[in-house]
Amino acid sequence: MSEQNCPLPLSYQHIVMAHGGGGRLMQQLLDDLIQPAFDNPLLKQKLDSAVLEIQAGKISFTTDSYVIKPLFFPGGDIGKLAVCGTLNDLAMSGARPLYLSCSLIIEEGFAIADLQKILASMQQTAAQAGVAIVTGDTKVVNKGQADGVYINTSGIGVIDSSIKINPQAVKTGDCILVNSDLGRHGMAVMLERDNLQFAHPLQSDCADLSGLVGELLAENIEIHCLRDLTRGGLAAALIEIAASAGLHFEINEAAIPINEHVQSACEVLGFDPLTIANEGAMALFVPESGVDDAFKVLSRHPLGKSARLIGKVVEKDQHGLVTLKNALGVSRVLDLFSGEQFPRIC
Amino acid sequence: MKYQQEFRDPKLAHQWIEAIRETSKQPWKIMEVCGGQTHSLLKHGIDQLLAGSVELIHGPGCPVCVTPIATIDNALAIAQQDNVIFCSFGDMLRVPGSESDLLSLKAQGADIRIVYSPMDALSLAQEHPQREVVFFGVGFETTAPATALTVYQARQLNLANFSLLCAHFRVPPIIDALLDAGDCEIQGFLGAGHVCTVMGYQEYLPLAEQYRTPIVITGFEPVDLLQGIHRTVQQLETKQYSVENQYARVVKPDGNRQARELINTVFTPVDAEWRGLGKVADSGLTLVEEFRPWNAEYRFSVKPAAQRQSMVCRSGEVLKGLIKPPACGEFGVNCTPDHPLGATMVSSEGACAAYYHYRKLPHV
Repeated sequence: MSEQNCPLPLSYQHIVMAHGGGGRLMQQLLDDLIQPAFDNPLLKQKLDSAVLEIQAGKISFTTDSYVIKPLFFPGGDIGKLAVCGTLNDLAMSGARPLYLSCSLIIEEGFAIADLQKILASMQQTAAQAGVAIVTGDTKVVNKGQADGVYINTSGIGVIDSSIKINPQAVKTGDCILVNSDLGRHGMAVMLERDNLQFAHPLQSDCADLSGLVGELLAENIEIHCLRDLTRGGLAAALIEIAASAGLHFEINEAAIPINEHVQSACEVLGFDPLTIANEGAMALFVPESGVDDAFKVLSRHPLGKSARLIGKVVEKDQHGLVTLKNALGVSRVLDLFSGEQFPRIC
Repeated sequence: MKYQQEFRDPKLAHQWIEAIRETSKQPWKIMEVCGGQTHSLLKHGIDQLLAGSVELIHGPGCPVCVTPIATIDNALAIAQQDNVIFCSFGDMLRVPGSESDLLSLKAQGADIRIVYSPMDALSLAQEHPQREVVFFGVGFETTAPATALTVYQARQLNLANFSLLCAHFRVPPIIDALLDAGDCEIQGFLGAGHVCTVMGYQEYLPLAEQYRTPIVITGFEPVDLLQGIHRTVQQLETKQYSVENQYARVVKPDGNRQARELINTVFTPVDAEWRGLGKVADSGLTLVEEFRPWNAEYRFSVKPAAQRQSMVCRSGEVLKGLIKPPACGEFGVNCTPDHPLGATMVSSEGACAAYYHYRKLPHV
């Protein structure tokens, strides 16, 4: 992170259209800012595409685009998010992430100091995960045509050929776990974006889950399915897996871990924490026989300390069904919300 | 979370359920007035737990649901004007007018913004002196003080580019109208806790007396609701008909004096149209003469097109408590939160949306 304190390596303080124009200024941006930030031998080759050595076996490949306002939020920034999000997508198929790409779409006038911070944050997060950012692209668009900066990252990882982690592997009797409490990312970003001040500021849970998944797999924990609980939160993830697998999940509402301050903010604004986005939380489907061992591994990892068993796969259901049993003992259907969630009126 | 978890205690809740079952000798029909209460009852499954002892009828206390289509059409017409920044609470953006809704207009380029508080709209007016900023104020007496304060401040600040499109409603006149209707089956009411936090409950005394109907001012958590229902049932079983206050930790007999004064300074009661229910005397609030310059209806000469609303939608009967949402043939078939035919399917507090969200039979 020391780069942040150095003088800017470029003569401009803000991005201008010429930084994407293919000329000398663009070359400067790449050579003096972006390449040094992600410094690695593959990037230094300056080829049109990175040439990667990958062991034989299965490859996992994913892509995601990151647009977020504000770009810097409590607990992270768009750079950290763009790396963690893609690493997590790889990890959810049981892959060990190896390489990332980084494409930037930058709005004219964007502060180069902020860009530098974002790149440093990407590199730091990638390095901690043992992953290299090996290729990328930069475009500049006119002022007003983007919201600061958008980032796309793609990722490649390798999967042990014995691993089959997907919704079709989920079976009746499986236990459903979450690794952490829910709703911190979505609420932290919303409170920051809309300048809603609560007594307890919230931090996003933005984190790379690939290390934790790697440890679970290294300990031979049998995992049938993993899903990170991003947009739409726990509700969307469970409904999607249930539909895909043709199964009925029953969730015990009282067992779902939710941070007290997230719960308070949701109560005030009229949001359901089960539908709020997370960036460091996942659901795990584990056979009942493996639950104790799974908890042993989870509990010794910083991202698994508040893991909970929240429900079970109870039976087949042709269309997929998720029911939530509340504290009073009544079950209700867990449903997706329509469109966007809005704050309550009164 | 203090004062909330205690009122969600399952053990306590089950004790109250038992008490209601013991007290109730017949399935009394009790209306919860407020949409927030409907939402909570269905979410926690309280209506199911009381089946046979009490039938809960879901009242018209959802501001999004009862705002008439003519007002939505006015909002759409104003929001489309070139120089306007149109502000409202998020849920209002989804409500279908005759031709469109605010979310669609926003997508087509109209400057429509979601605010958390009417004061945010006032700040926008100060930040954009060249633009007309209109706040679409909706809600019952709960949200009326914040709207009133905003208009009051607009006058203090001499902000000529701010105005209010007003769709505020009053609860006592609609209770009166429901009880007065020939087809009324409601035997008792849970009064809306938040409305009474502002207004107190003196206005309800004559209603309870005149119609011999218990009215129990009630909160929103499971134990609140169960206590409110228990007190209503107790009154019905002993043939007492008075106003009681279950939500005494928040509601005072005279409410919030300052908030009431603000409402009385800025607003005056007016006959108002309720979507699905028709016109009810003195059931709305409009700006008093002194604040007319901040009334968007006067500022913008808007002539909405002929109103069109679904002919098959039975939300009027739902709002009167005559039918439950699933009794409507369109429920979950042609009418869903993604494609609502009526406003009761739009708002998260609407009875149809609550049934769809919590009770939807899978795969309908």
